[in-house]
Amino acid sequence: MWDYNEKVMEYFLHPVNAGEIENPDGIGEEGSLACGDALKLTFKLGKDGRIADAKFKTFGCASAIASASIMTEMIKGLTIEQAEKVTNKDIVDKLGGLPEQKMHCSVMGMEALQKAIANYHGSKGKQTKKIEGKIVCTCFGVTDKEIEKVVLENSLDTVEQVTNYCKAGGGCGSCRGEIEQIIEKVRGKKTKQPESLSHPKKLTNIQKIELIQHTINEQIRPLLKSHGGDVELVDVEGSKVIVAFRGMCSHCRTAEFTLKDVVEARLKEFVSTDIIVEEQNIG
Amino acid sequence: MSQIIYFDNNATTKVADEVVDAMLPFFKDLYGNPSSMHTFGGQVEKHIRHSRESLAALLGCDSSEIIFTSGGTESDNAAIKGVLAAYPEKKKIVTTRVEHPAVLATCRELQAAGFSLVELGVDKYGQINLDELAAEVDEHTAIVSIMYANNETGVIFPIDKIAEIVKSKGAIFHTDAVQAVGKIPLNLDKSSIDLLSLSGHKLHAPKGIGALYIKKGTRILPFIVGGHQEKNRRAGTENVPAIAGLGKAGEIASKEIRNENTKVKKLRDKLETAILKTCKDAMLNGDKINRLPNTTNISFEFIEGEAILLLLNQFGICASSGSACTSGSLEPSHVMRAMGVPFTAAHGSIRFSLSRYNTEAEVDFVAEKLPAIVNRLRELSPFVK
Repeated sequence: MWDYNEKVMEYFLHPVNAGEIENPDGIGEEGSLACGDALKLTFKLGKDGRIADAKFKTFGCASAIASASIMTEMIKGLTIEQAEKVTNKDIVDKLGGLPEQKMHCSVMGMEALQKAIANYHGSKGKQTKKIEGKIVCTCFGVTDKEIEKVVLENSLDTVEQVTNYCKAGGGCGSCRGEIEQIIEKVRGKKTKQPESLSHPKKLTNIQKIELIQHTINEQIRPLLKSHGGDVELVDVEGSKVIVAFRGMCSHCRTAEFTLKDVVEARLKEFVSTDIIVEEQNIG
Repeated sequence: MSQIIYFDNNATTKVADEVVDAMLPFFKDLYGNPSSMHTFGGQVEKHIRHSRESLAALLGCDSSEIIFTSGGTESDNAAIKGVLAAYPEKKKIVTTRVEHPAVLATCRELQAAGFSLVELGVDKYGQINLDELAAEVDEHTAIVSIMYANNETGVIFPIDKIAEIVKSKGAIFHTDAVQAVGKIPLNLDKSSIDLLSLSGHKLHAPKGIGALYIKKGTRILPFIVGGHQEKNRRAGTENVPAIAGLGKAGEIASKEIRNENTKVKKLRDKLETAILKTCKDAMLNGDKINRLPNTTNISFEFIEGEAILLLLNQFGICASSGSACTSGSLEPSHVMRAMGVPFTAAHGSIRFSLSRYNTEAEVDFVAEKLPAIVNRLRELSPFVK
């Protein structure tokens, strides 16, 4: 059984903004019956140019319904430019988290929103922003651009994660190699090893931050991910490294030990012995 | 949760009270090892023998033809891998696309290891083509493994005919009868079935116990090796309490099997008729005639199975679904796909599986609650105008 939090269940059992707006300013449809989930989003602008009303219709599981419902709430009152910036991660954060295998529900929400905005621009005579690229996953019709977007926005590292987020690779599996290459292309650049890695001499600030980021990505995150957790680099102040735990780690009682025994120990080993790690204070 | 209406008996069943009572002495007082030389341990052996006899009576075979295992999955693995090990010159396996993963994954693993595998397809009723079977079984075929009844749809294969065909071709025939035992009368002495798997927890015994029927004279090597238990056919100290429970469950099943085909079937039929009548765009999956008396599998178009299950769960109603979402995979159940059920209906398929513990009041309650749940989700669905 899925471990849905109370908020997800609340939005599933009592969804707000269900329905369809007549004569909408923007309309976006994503998914299909064959894929197992689908979403139709409609919105209307007020006189101030902000989204005055938004409604959804969803075919799908509890998390698909909850993601769509909460997204309509989130975009009300936003300008088109603001709504355009809403990502699947924002939807997941607002819901207080989704099971990893259900992440694609939040991505479907974001994609329907983008299509609705594109539809709005199109009807106003502006150039339509199409998601370009070539189809990588033929089973679920996912393009390389779409995969790049979820990899970048959600800091994904594995093909399995990509499948959880946008379904690509979840059918026949023949595109998994291509997905791997996309991950490498998107993530590899960012995590390219600084050349001075093997000789920890005096590092410049930028080199140091790069090396910290690299160590976190290569040495620490895979470890935490095997337990369903994750960690993100928030800031570096001199020798103080500030991180934030994500996923299972964020509500794990042993996170404090993980902080010292894993994160700090690895950074001391690979970057500099004077590193101190602190967890970001939440609210 | 206060009220539970348990319509998920193909997943697992309630352990019968009599079964629990039959097991307790072996946890408390009679904890000896049946292989021991002292009376304290040795006396346990007769209880194991008694269980074996109860089970043999249920299956219509000799008690020496039954070995106890840890469950259906072990029995399936033991049957398939044991036969292949005993026939090293034969490298072909024949099965169907609708098998339980305990068989299908085992066969596919063997295929990856170099064996040749044929997976027979099924028609829209979930039935295989017997001519196709006959054509596929040849002198290179070591084993044919075809389930007795399907866990998702309840569809029953003509197993005795299938066993005859396989026998005439000189291969060994195994059937995963996990869903059939206790629901369909069996008479293995009169059949050509060589190997048959059963699982305790599907017939009101506990989880973690099962059995494998091995017809006298069948060539097979042990899957688990070690001690001499089960006449060297399955090593490991016997799970005595669970074996006692399975024996008791078998004894009760022999008495109750008539009820399954009258009382339980009547309840299932009432539920099915009511649902198909009150819910629009609902359709039955599988073979209406040849199927288990306790199972119905119904697709609701335009809505998704997990959402239906979670809303049923609000009323304490337990069922299951072949939808992609419930499994964590992205595609609907392999059984629905093999039958060619359209994706639109496969995602909204719900299985209700009853047992002798269900009542007419429960059937009425589910039949009353379901239409509102279906309508509520249809109102949210973009595919309903």
